[in-house]
Amino acid sequence: MTVSAQSDANLAPQTLTQRFSALHELRDKAPLFLSLLFGVTLYASVCNLYVPEGSIFHVSTYTITLLGKYLSFALLALAVDVVWGYCGILSLGHGAFFALGGYAMGMYLMRQIGDRGVYANPDLPDFMVFLNWSEIPWFWQGFDQFWFAMVMVLLVPGLLAFVFGWLAFRSRVTGVYFSIMTQALTYALMLAFFRNEMGFGGNNGLTDFKDLLGFSLQADSTRVALLICTSVILGLAYVLSQWIMNSKLGRLIVGVRDAEPRARFLGYKTENYKVWLFVYSGMLAAIAGALYVPQVGIINPGEFSPLNSIEVVVWVAVGGRGTLYGAIVGALLINYAKTRFTAIFPEAWLFALGALFVAVTVFLPQGLMGLIKRSHVENNNVEKT
Amino acid sequence: MRRLYLTLFNVMLLLISSHLFAANEPSLDGLTHQLTTAKLKQVPHIIEQLETQGGERMLPLFSAMLAGELYYRKDDSRLVHAKKMESGNFSLVDVITAETIGDVKKKTIKKVRVNNRLRTQLRSVISRLTLFSSDRDTREAAIKNMLNALNEGNIVLLSKAKADEEDQDLLVLIDTALSLNDLLNNAEIEVRLAALDDLSNSLEPIVKSSVEALLEKDDDGNFIESDVVLRNKAAVVAEKIEGKVGFYSFLEKLFFGLSLGSVLLLAATGLAITFGVMGVINMAHGELIMIGAYTTYVVQLLMPNAIEYSLLVAVPAAFLVAGFVGVLIERGVIRFLHGRPLETLLATFGISLILQQMVRSVFSPLNRQVETPQWMSGSLEFNAIFSITYNRLYILVFALLVFFALQLILKRTSLGLNVRAVSQNRNMAKAMGIRTEWVDAMTFGLGSGIAGIAGVALSQLTNVGPNLGQSYIIDSFMVVVFGGVGHLWGTLVAGFTLGITNKFLEPVTGAVLANIIVLVFIILFIQKRPRGLFPQKGRAAE
Amino acid sequence: MKMKKIASKLALTAGACLLSMSLYAADTIKVGVLHSLSGTMAISETTLKDTVLMMIEEQNKKGGLLGKKLEPVVVDPASNWPLFAEKTRELLSQEKVDVIFGCWTSVSRKSVLPVIEELNGLLFYPVQYEGEESSKNVFYTGAAPNQQAIPAVDYLMDEMDVKRWVLAGTDYVYPRTTNKILEAYLRSKGVAEKDIMISYTPFGHSDWQGIVSNIKKFGNAGKKTAVVSTINGDANVPFYKELGNQGVSSENIPVVAFSVGEEELSGIDAKPLVGHLAAWNYFQSVENDANEAFIKQWKTFIKDDKRVTNDPMEATYIGFNMWVKAVEKAGSTDVNKVEQAMIGVSTPNLTGGVAVMNANHHLSKPVLIGEIQADGQLEVVWETDGLLAGDAWSNFLPSSKDIIANWKPPMTCGNYNTKTKKCAGQNY
Repeated sequence: MTVSAQSDANLAPQTLTQRFSALHELRDKAPLFLSLLFGVTLYASVCNLYVPEGSIFHVSTYTITLLGKYLSFALLALAVDVVWGYCGILSLGHGAFFALGGYAMGMYLMRQIGDRGVYANPDLPDFMVFLNWSEIPWFWQGFDQFWFAMVMVLLVPGLLAFVFGWLAFRSRVTGVYFSIMTQALTYALMLAFFRNEMGFGGNNGLTDFKDLLGFSLQADSTRVALLICTSVILGLAYVLSQWIMNSKLGRLIVGVRDAEPRARFLGYKTENYKVWLFVYSGMLAAIAGALYVPQVGIINPGEFSPLNSIEVVVWVAVGGRGTLYGAIVGALLINYAKTRFTAIFPEAWLFALGALFVAVTVFLPQGLMGLIKRSHVENNNVEKT
Repeated sequence: MRRLYLTLFNVMLLLISSHLFAANEPSLDGLTHQLTTAKLKQVPHIIEQLETQGGERMLPLFSAMLAGELYYRKDDSRLVHAKKMESGNFSLVDVITAETIGDVKKKTIKKVRVNNRLRTQLRSVISRLTLFSSDRDTREAAIKNMLNALNEGNIVLLSKAKADEEDQDLLVLIDTALSLNDLLNNAEIEVRLAALDDLSNSLEPIVKSSVEALLEKDDDGNFIESDVVLRNKAAVVAEKIEGKVGFYSFLEKLFFGLSLGSVLLLAATGLAITFGVMGVINMAHGELIMIGAYTTYVVQLLMPNAIEYSLLVAVPAAFLVAGFVGVLIERGVIRFLHGRPLETLLATFGISLILQQMVRSVFSPLNRQVETPQWMSGSLEFNAIFSITYNRLYILVFALLVFFALQLILKRTSLGLNVRAVSQNRNMAKAMGIRTEWVDAMTFGLGSGIAGIAGVALSQLTNVGPNLGQSYIIDSFMVVVFGGVGHLWGTLVAGFTLGITNKFLEPVTGAVLANIIVLVFIILFIQKRPRGLFPQKGRAAE
Repeated sequence: MKMKKIASKLALTAGACLLSMSLYAADTIKVGVLHSLSGTMAISETTLKDTVLMMIEEQNKKGGLLGKKLEPVVVDPASNWPLFAEKTRELLSQEKVDVIFGCWTSVSRKSVLPVIEELNGLLFYPVQYEGEESSKNVFYTGAAPNQQAIPAVDYLMDEMDVKRWVLAGTDYVYPRTTNKILEAYLRSKGVAEKDIMISYTPFGHSDWQGIVSNIKKFGNAGKKTAVVSTINGDANVPFYKELGNQGVSSENIPVVAFSVGEEELSGIDAKPLVGHLAAWNYFQSVENDANEAFIKQWKTFIKDDKRVTNDPMEATYIGFNMWVKAVEKAGSTDVNKVEQAMIGVSTPNLTGGVAVMNANHHLSKPVLIGEIQADGQLEVVWETDGLLAGDAWSNFLPSSKDIIANWKPPMTCGNYNTKTKKCAGQNY
């Protein structure tokens, strides 16, 4: 056969109604998921700030930053799941939106350094000083204002997602072609950001941040605040996404995934739905990036690398797509495993990761959550028959 | 500290010896002996003296020194031409008497040090000594060397050589050198003008830069060359030369583009089968290329004495190894994912990680050294400013050969017929009794094998390391998608189009921006024509 | 014998030290090793990890340090820059290591820098770099631009009468800065602007046809031309191959490289490269007892007779020995005490001299220029008379010519502006 132009509709031998009933089940899981998320966040925050260091209940700052990073990744995975799991649009370029959001935040943080940089130049970031730039370029204007930077975090990736999606979906670039084009997009951006002439710090990227809204990034309280912030935003994004997916719009989106021509014949402008969903997803990814940067302390073009974007897709696949929480669980699990095992068996880790991808796609097309759900559905089927 | 004393001592010795020999010329023996003790800075002087006294007899010494094979025995300072043998020992020949001395251990001899300055000097010394050699190529090298280092002595020699020379091309070269000398050093304006005329057809870079130098101004804004007539004529000649140079640099860029295109084509052809015909988004494609490159490395390890033929062995070997791995991948993983193209992407990505790490574990993360056979080195010279490197030329030809061989397989063999049948309508093909499973495995194996062959070619151009594959995977996908999935000719056209575009953009925009522009162009193009340059028609397209 | 057993066991379990940590706690001194073991940089960095492990094994054979055994803690930042910061935090706050040897690329160091300054750790950075930095918590044992780039250019100018210059580099911060410095330096020596050609290429660039052809044209203009290459790692092989094939020999247009050493050459067929140059502070081919012993030790440790040594290994060797000396001098592994004790410490280097740590946290080193030989080794053709002190802030960049670093009181500043008399850019 040739490459199928359709989205891969045949996830598993399920009927649409079964899927919808599964969707409805999920709504019950939201409170559980949210309380778990906030519970862990709260516990970690309190135990970091108020339990003395010697105590076994103390949560180290290292753990806080790790958690913050994981949750940012989880939000990114959620963004991918929204388009891939629900609409069948496999984006291999979500790293681009993530990184753009990160860069917007990074630019704000760079401007906050002010004259505390190594060259003590009040206007220019260090890397511009030593490349002999005489004044701040136009696209850096305004980033000294937090509100402006935050608008840009949403606007720039959102605009890119819109333009790209509009061009692609309107000309019905779908399936594999779309995936490869998104990959090309993030690759092109990576090459561009590596260039020092671009004015984004080249390979070194942006780093050595000092403070955010006047709070020192090195203070434990700021870190905890960032973690809480990430956690809350992740929770909000989860609720919002679920609300969308459970609304009439969401059903239509699933309909587009499963039978786009049919939805089109029914009179829906499917490309519009896809574009807006893509923009929404891109913005979620951008927010994830903006939260990620102050917590890890660096943003550089490596984040644009196509490999990163593929990895995100794998988190979602492992967790189970089309469930939202599956993506989050997948992101958390794999990243935790990565942290643990790269320390212990750096060599075996890549073998394990590779084998995991293969195993999940071949044996668990719906990921870990699918495993749980499948047993559920099977039970239901037994009951029905 | 000890070293300092030693060097001081050497310098003193030299000073004393040069004083001693100043009275009566140093003997050849004395001079050759000095070579073994002198510091690098003193060697040029010694070589000069050796040339004047020894003349052609010293040629073996100079050549050995130029090649870095001049050693001396530690016990008696005898100068020898030492060649390393496979055993690790060195076979020695006395450079003066040409007497064969035999094999010795490395410890007993020491190398006479040379550096770039000395090599340059040695080359010009050798060119003076070989200007009257019976071998045409040797003479050519000598004349070219002199052309770039004109001085009175050389001019005398060249004038003498002109009388004896019979080869037409060499005569032209000699004339160029003599005219250039006239232009630069003759006092009479008529002679200089005539020389300019003679030079107007030459493409030698030194001629171009010398003519252009006539048009330059000094710091005060005055022309360095005072004669207006000469200047005007020089301007005309310079323009004429520039025109030719422009033409050849266009040809050069075209070849560069074709060459880059052939590399892209090679890398993408395999993918055009696995992705284009079978619909598998094979992210492990790059790693199959890598396997081919490593196969080349292993083949060279196995036949260290026949590097010249190693590539001929490596091509089928790489095809088989990579093809075998491909069949394994298809049987082990991909066959479970039929009709789920996006999931083949994830699974094969996992496989690519495994393959990469496997190579790291087996061959170490360091790059491996793949040698280039003699026939792949150097370049084919058309004239002084236009030449084509052999390795790129062969790879261009090779890429086309592979491409057409593949076309033949698909169009003329029963396997090809089956492949096309299955790719067009799997169920119908199955109903007609085609073993679709077997055809799938063979198709994937074929695509993988071609990726392996690409690896052999790439091993001649770039690093052989675990990251080799990654650098080609995105480009390969771009070529296939741009050309039109499932359309081999599209891949060919796309490969060359992208290669040539890139190379013509590069001088204007720089290498990085050229890459980006090409990528953006493809992205936009695909929006306009979602099925690529040559969309598949008919039922197979949906 | 028993010692050796323990030591080799230590090395073996280095990877699994997270698990075994409780066994050794308290009576060991922990040494963090922060080099990528996977990803693109693994190629270069794995060697340095092994070097540190070898030095630790050796030190433990000598009875450890301050009566305690040294315990390596190896982590893998996987060539991922944010991960470098994260692993540094892990090493300092979870593992509580006393010192870290690590990083290769500038971006990894920049990523580590805020963390190491926040948690007051100690990092030894062993690779040549672009300068423009001096942190209280970092000791730079590789070459600064004035210890590699400028002497190399001097050599080409004085010894080889080079008049035209191609500055070719990979597009990242080290080549950019180095080329800026070199450009300013060459201009100050009277080289005209049209005699300098600057070209940047992306990482891993493999198609050099156009650029080499341009270099050839540039070099054919009648004046002696040289290429100063800051091309990074992987891109070098295709670059040199293209040079060789297009007939650019080291006699016409010599290339002097700052990132090509023995290890990089071991992956290349070096025959077409013979005569091209490299500038470093160390070559394996330097003959003296210390170096011979080091090479032998390395080959035994790595169990491979063909492995080579290189400059960053020597920098690691010097850094490690200096740290040991400073700890002994301070009588403690406390970072503040060791940091002050480090300044002025001198240890033998491997080229027959001594290395001295200066108050700006950079080393004084000799500079060697070597020519590439057919067997992939480099033969010294020129060296500086004495030691050159590493300059943290280049005098040839307008932005940093007034800045100096001195970590001795009363100045105690890595970033002191002599004009404004102010200390800037400090994180504490």
